[in-house]
Amino acid sequence: MAKWDYDGPILEIDELSISFFTRLREIPAVMDFSCTVQPGEAMGLVGESGCGKSTVALGVMQDLGVNGRIVGGSIKFKGRDLGEMSADELRDVRGSEIAMIYQEPMASLNPAMKIGRQLMEVPMIHEGVGEKEAYERALEVVTDVKLPDPKRMLDSYPHQLSGGQQQRIVIAMALMSKPSLLILDEPTTALDVTVEAAVVELVKDLGKKYGTSMLFISHNLGLVLETCDRICVMYSGEAVETGSIEDVFDKMRHPYTQALFRSIPLPGADKSSRPLKAIPGNFPLPHERPNGCNFGPRCDYFEEGRCNQGDIKMSEVPGDDRHGSRCLKWQEVDWDAPMAITDQKEKATPGDVVLKMDNLKKYYEVAASALFGGANKKVVKANETLSFEARESETLAIVGESGCGKSTFAKVLMGLETATDGTITMLNQKIEDVPIEKRSTDTVKNVQMVFQNPFDTLNPSMTVGSQIVRALEIFGIGDSVQARRERMLELLDLVKLPRAFADRMPRQLSGGQKQRVGIARAFAGDAKIVVADEPVSALDVSVQAAVTDLLMEIQREHKTTLLFISHDLSIVRYLSDRVMVMYLGHVVELGSTEQVFAPPYHPYTEALLSAVPIADTSIEKQHIVLEGDIPSAMNPPSGCPFQTRCRWKSDVPGGLCEKEVPPQRTLADGHQIKCHLGEDVLSKMEPVIKVAAE
Amino acid sequence: MDPLTWTGSFGAFLNPIFYALVTVAAIAIVAQFVIPFVTPSGERGAITLRRGPGDYAAMAVQFALLGIIAIVVIFTLSAILGPYGISGIIGEVGARFTPVWIALIVTYAASIFYKRKLGLYGKLFDSPIGMVGFGLVMFWVFTAIFSNIIMTHDPLAQEVIMKNKVPGTPLGQDDAFPHYLFGGDSLARDVFSRMVAGSQIVIMIAPLATLFAFMVGITLGLPAGYFSGKLDTVLSFLANLILAFPVILLFYLLVTPEIVATGLPTYMAMFLFLFPLVFLTILFNSRFFTQPMKRNILIGVVLFVGGWLYLSLISQSATPVNFMGALDLFNVPGGILIVFVSVVFVNSPTVFRIVRGLALDIQTRDYVAAAQTRGEGPWYIMLWEILPNARGPLIVDFCLRIGYTTILLGTLGFFGLGLPPESPDWGTTINAGRRLLSAYPHPAIVPAVALVTMVLGLNLLADGLREESLRD
Amino acid sequence: MGQFILRRLGVMLLTTICLTYIVFFLTNLYPNLEKLAKTQGNFRMSEAEVSSWLGDRGYLQPTPVKYLEWVGALPGYSIVKDDGQLVGRCVRPAVAAEDTPRYCGVLQGNWGFSTVFKSEVGGIVGTRLGLTGFLMFWVMLVMVPGALIVGVLAGMREGSRTDRTLSTTSIAFTATPEYVSGVVFIALFASSAGFGRIFKGSATSAMEDANLENFLLPVLTIALYGLGYIARMTRASMSEVMTAQYIRTARLKGVSFRNIVMKHALRNALIAPFTVIMLQFPWLLNGVVIVETLFNYKGFGWLLVQAAGNNDIDLLLACSVVAVIVVLVTQLISDIGYVFLNPRIRVS
Repeated sequence: MAKWDYDGPILEIDELSISFFTRLREIPAVMDFSCTVQPGEAMGLVGESGCGKSTVALGVMQDLGVNGRIVGGSIKFKGRDLGEMSADELRDVRGSEIAMIYQEPMASLNPAMKIGRQLMEVPMIHEGVGEKEAYERALEVVTDVKLPDPKRMLDSYPHQLSGGQQQRIVIAMALMSKPSLLILDEPTTALDVTVEAAVVELVKDLGKKYGTSMLFISHNLGLVLETCDRICVMYSGEAVETGSIEDVFDKMRHPYTQALFRSIPLPGADKSSRPLKAIPGNFPLPHERPNGCNFGPRCDYFEEGRCNQGDIKMSEVPGDDRHGSRCLKWQEVDWDAPMAITDQKEKATPGDVVLKMDNLKKYYEVAASALFGGANKKVVKANETLSFEARESETLAIVGESGCGKSTFAKVLMGLETATDGTITMLNQKIEDVPIEKRSTDTVKNVQMVFQNPFDTLNPSMTVGSQIVRALEIFGIGDSVQARRERMLELLDLVKLPRAFADRMPRQLSGGQKQRVGIARAFAGDAKIVVADEPVSALDVSVQAAVTDLLMEIQREHKTTLLFISHDLSIVRYLSDRVMVMYLGHVVELGSTEQVFAPPYHPYTEALLSAVPIADTSIEKQHIVLEGDIPSAMNPPSGCPFQTRCRWKSDVPGGLCEKEVPPQRTLADGHQIKCHLGEDVLSKMEPVIKVAAE
Repeated sequence: MDPLTWTGSFGAFLNPIFYALVTVAAIAIVAQFVIPFVTPSGERGAITLRRGPGDYAAMAVQFALLGIIAIVVIFTLSAILGPYGISGIIGEVGARFTPVWIALIVTYAASIFYKRKLGLYGKLFDSPIGMVGFGLVMFWVFTAIFSNIIMTHDPLAQEVIMKNKVPGTPLGQDDAFPHYLFGGDSLARDVFSRMVAGSQIVIMIAPLATLFAFMVGITLGLPAGYFSGKLDTVLSFLANLILAFPVILLFYLLVTPEIVATGLPTYMAMFLFLFPLVFLTILFNSRFFTQPMKRNILIGVVLFVGGWLYLSLISQSATPVNFMGALDLFNVPGGILIVFVSVVFVNSPTVFRIVRGLALDIQTRDYVAAAQTRGEGPWYIMLWEILPNARGPLIVDFCLRIGYTTILLGTLGFFGLGLPPESPDWGTTINAGRRLLSAYPHPAIVPAVALVTMVLGLNLLADGLREESLRD
Repeated sequence: MGQFILRRLGVMLLTTICLTYIVFFLTNLYPNLEKLAKTQGNFRMSEAEVSSWLGDRGYLQPTPVKYLEWVGALPGYSIVKDDGQLVGRCVRPAVAAEDTPRYCGVLQGNWGFSTVFKSEVGGIVGTRLGLTGFLMFWVMLVMVPGALIVGVLAGMREGSRTDRTLSTTSIAFTATPEYVSGVVFIALFASSAGFGRIFKGSATSAMEDANLENFLLPVLTIALYGLGYIARMTRASMSEVMTAQYIRTARLKGVSFRNIVMKHALRNALIAPFTVIMLQFPWLLNGVVIVETLFNYKGFGWLLVQAAGNNDIDLLLACSVVAVIVVLVTQLISDIGYVFLNPRIRVS
């Protein structure tokens, strides 16, 4: 079946409802969802995990698995109802007219099939072309997605490529037969920020080039702003607000959208003067949705007897371009009222130095190949001459992408590994080569850690209470079972969890609640230094703010030194006092937050700042796209670690960047960078982020 | 006394229905299998509400099987209520198992009633496969428990006239049980009673031996996976060494009277049975060292009770290790001990490998790192952080492994190793029966079927558990 | 790659040495030797006669020395008796004393002398292995394709009716050990009580002339258990692959179900079962021993039972060497094959 022409919208979803059926009950995943995508338009679908955005995408693909079923409404693609197509017709549409890209590029490529084969398959199925032509086409598209050495690419297996390259291949595969609609389901979530920026750029360009309509699914408002024309915000299975990007971002007409924007750290937010406002409560489970408005229980404008009665329909906002809101009160709420600033706090003043690292080095010896390893061992330099100090009640952010050595640094500090060289002084004790089993209880309880993955941080087969009590036992706090239990309950109070949670198993808790328990456990021994390894990156946006604020609050009360490891510069700017930027084991820039976020930058910091999507229409960003991927730590480049991707490299004379590792230079008071660039070049740098004049 | 027929006087009426149901079931099962290949299936992947021919076949299977069960129940009930022999061998055998049926019904009723409160065990009752498996296993467990009530004759007694007689042959004596229900074997013993008595041996040895193998495997596998390095290399080499041994060769080398005479099995028992003690001591010490009082009491109890049991177990009269004298609580016959030891020995390396793999996997979790960063000892992490979270796959493997152990026990019996030749255990009876198999199959078939149902039950149970633990 | 194989060969050699030493140690325990002396000499030997019988043949030397003699690293034990007769390890009937070699161990290609069969071990093991190889060939021919087809059919639509029927059948097969299925087969198909004597309950005649009548039952008996096991592994692997993200990619690319299974899923799904099939060999050996005993097929398994039952030390050692090497070689093949099937870990 050939492609057919149609003048109307590419995709019309009308009152779509999708349910999953389990042994016990029907679970509605999407309810009354409508949206239209016009030719050439990019539609963003935004929401927290579990809101049904991916289910909509799978509904469009008619691929809901054995348990899922469309229980109402219709999905029309170019005027034809997809639900009424036969299996054969559907197969013709898939891949040729509608293509889909998912989150995990590695998982979506067949590991046992060469990339060329996987690409060539598409035109061979849909257009019946021969191998030769298919190969030509594949070559062309791979060149289009800007992959180096396309011929070699086609001849390799997926595992031989880096994550960024794999995602480009997946994009190429989707574009092979020039589809009319491209569905992207969190296409860059698994990638590093700088790689993500490049992939997003590519998708935008190719969308224009091929004239493809896009359905872009993401939890990241900033990313949607950068890629889409229109947006649809989803909450708990329903679309709550839809409209053009400008309308929704600047003139939102739904309380959830507003709350969402207030809970993400935009430039201008500050932990002391303008704190984030978390959305209270929890995301409702699909079978526990409230009556009436799903957002009701968490909404500031909730009105008893009105908002919790009956179904609420989408209502049009007059005057705007197809702008709708699923709120009964949108006309009554004063949308321009400034956010009520509840608890402004004094900025904490840093005290004495509690932690000092001097020239810390950590090298690993690894066998060159795990399976066939022999004598040839390689040295991986995970940390190279790390020096910094951290003071009492200070937040030091450690920023970097994968492979930058931030986790290794945490391991050495915690004593899980010992340093190869250099010193770590904590509270006047040298601890660099004292492994954890030899550390005194005091030392151990003074440095504690909050982990990244909430689903992994608690032992699944022990109650929440007993895990905290165990930490108390080990730290020697409390002298009776009773005393420790009392202390444990106080810790639950501290992290604002109900005391009844003490007897729950971790699986009964939500991600944010688990993370709170993790924080309680870290503070069980009144830790002086807490290493937080991406503590909120795995949480939903609305929960992130709450957990971040909790962490800040406890830190302020306990005068803790917080080492905040993150790749998310927005949150770093929001909460840290000083920032340390790492790249391939080197500290490339170190300074106060203002110094790091303003020029002169280290070239890597500059690129990183540009890569982070910001959900604010008034922000103008300089576009700096880094070439290629992060080099492997097993095989670092010669000279400056960043030289392979640096856009300023030509400004350093004599190819110095390729020969020598740059020295640590102090620019201003406490602002250090590791770069060969001359003063003149550095002073010419322009700010990456500018707030546009209104 | 007349010989009993299979279905007695009920048969005339019920047999045609019975055969009809069996035929229907057989056809429907075949149809059920063939239908998906001949009818086009919806590739849409969504649920359809229409019933297709496949669904009707499935219903037919269900009803036919239910019908067969109903008929068997009628036979059994009539045998319990009616005069002796009214519903033939099937009815009488069913009636002999009355205590088992009662126990099963009570177990099922209680379990299904409380299934939401019983965790994984309760979830088992959501899976038909798991329920059938559990039923088969519990059938044999209860049979073993009530075997003295169920048996009709002494499993070792020989009645010369009953040699190789077919099932239902009358004994010719005025007795409460005038027939050999499943006939007589080549030494004129009652096949039915021997099967029931055999269940006792299997149910006693197989789970216990598996449990010991797990203790050994866990105690060695956890450190091997957790520490890696040299320890792992050495232990893995040893495990692979044992695994590379053909099981039968190992049995032939270990389980002979000559080896028993050297005392080797006793020495091995001394070594292997030490593991549960070590395991429990470390388990409690690593957890409660912060509360010395509690720790001392727990470990004291473990060492005293466990130690005494251990010493009684390894001290056997008539072996080189015999020192307990009057304090010796029990003696295990040499044959059983050696069988037990060698089965533990053969099973441990596999358990070791599984535990090692699980430990390698789980130790990368953040909660393990959290325990490390608060300065927990390695044994605490292994036994209280890693082991409880590996329990799912281990429980499943435990069930499977009991089945495997049962097969191994049968293998030993089949080669006439270990247990004395008159022992009623299933392997030995199969071995005894196979010589005249072509002429008189029943003495071998009866224990063979018993063994298969038991192992099948364990396999189905494991499958059900695996499926249910993967859910939610 | 070469280095890897070399290292594995080293480990294999070490394993073989350890295992043969264990077998050697166990067979050379005194009660075993005593039994050997009594079966070879006569059952009414006195203690002293036993020890002189054993001493003459070098059995009373320390075990390591005997082991090295067996390996061929030490000269074989020999002594000239008072009557001028030469006795010892390397002495064979009908070989003149002058021609008797000093070393007669495995390194010299001499596997020893069987006390049961009164003949050179090497020759016996060779013939018996050939017979078993023939049996195994047919078992593999039945088992592997059957198991893979069943597994793939069941796993390609997890939870479907086909899947449930096939899976339950496979579970039933794995729950049936060879000595049970063999007994049931004979009772059903080779006895008057079952369906009549359709097949033969003995496979002795199959050693010269194998045909359906005398060979089908033993082949089926061995194949059945493995069939269930491999089918379950294949099903698990297949159903896991079918839920993989890249299968969804292929589906949403418009690939037909047939091609998804054939082109995308199959290769990935067969990696795991391949390993399993290879690691099945030790268990198959078990099956072979049981079936050859049950059906009286005088192959390697039967030989092993004879050797072990009579404490025929040299024969038993040769059998264990063969068995261990079979196991280790299959492990090696499975590792290498895994690498080749799985491009993800292929050395670049």
